[in-house]
Amino acid sequence: MQTYVQAGLEALGDATRFAILQMLARRPLAVSELAETLPVSRPAVSQHLRVLKDARLVSDRKAGTKRIYEVNPEGIALLREHFDKLWEQALTAFKMAAEKNKEAEHGRTGGSKSRRRRKNTKR
Amino acid sequence: MAEPVAARVGVVEKTLSVNVPIVRAFAVFTQNMGAWWPATHHIAKQAFTEITVEPRAGGRWFERAADGGECEWGRVLAWEPPHRVVFSWHLQPDWKFDPDPEKASEVEIRFFADGAEKTRLELEHRRLERHGASWEQLRAGVDSPGGWTAILEQFAKAVAS
Repeated sequence: MQTYVQAGLEALGDATRFAILQMLARRPLAVSELAETLPVSRPAVSQHLRVLKDARLVSDRKAGTKRIYEVNPEGIALLREHFDKLWEQALTAFKMAAEKNKEAEHGRTGGSKSRRRRKNTKR
Repeated sequence: MAEPVAARVGVVEKTLSVNVPIVRAFAVFTQNMGAWWPATHHIAKQAFTEITVEPRAGGRWFERAADGGECEWGRVLAWEPPHRVVFSWHLQPDWKFDPDPEKASEVEIRFFADGAEKTRLELEHRRLERHGASWEQLRAGVDSPGGWTAILEQFAKAVAS
């Protein structure tokens, strides 16, 4: 997996590959469609696609006589991982805050100020 | 396979049950976000003191720092208290704001009353592939020790485990 991430980083260091991935993120495309839009030759597009494919950021499939390229779900898995962890953490904190809120209301008269976070005093 | 693969897979879904009535769950989530949002996740240089969701469709979603400075997070796309709220998420994975709607993902949170004292939340963060294009930018120019590289290292650890 480490190798996969490293390969991904190298694959992304090029402006044309950046453009290709942007286009593929919108919809799957054939090499010819990519080459029509980009200011590079069709063999050059194929070369870039090979690099992206080796890094597993795009995948390809055959559709009739054409080969269609699309963003590889595995590449996107990295982003999903990032946001999944973020929300896991955020929702756990939300649950605690919501339920603590309720206890404070039911269990006490007044003193609602004490619930306030002291984040400001940090550092 | 009619739908593009990228659109189908760029989704994170979460469900959660909280022991509070639906009205309170919605209120804490949207109107008291600064009290629970993990303090480590923010975009300003300083920690935020509050996170504001303007309670209407088209409203702003932003954090405010101690010095009063505001940093946008996104927009309120749908506002249906206490059942549903949808945000656009303009924060790239390195916590930089990007105003381009093409690069913004969407977060939808749905609230369901489970009796009078319980609420079930369903969260869907979708169109994550729109942040994919920012990988290259980060790699090409604005990489920093605390930014993308660090996040990728975390990714690498996470996917390896």
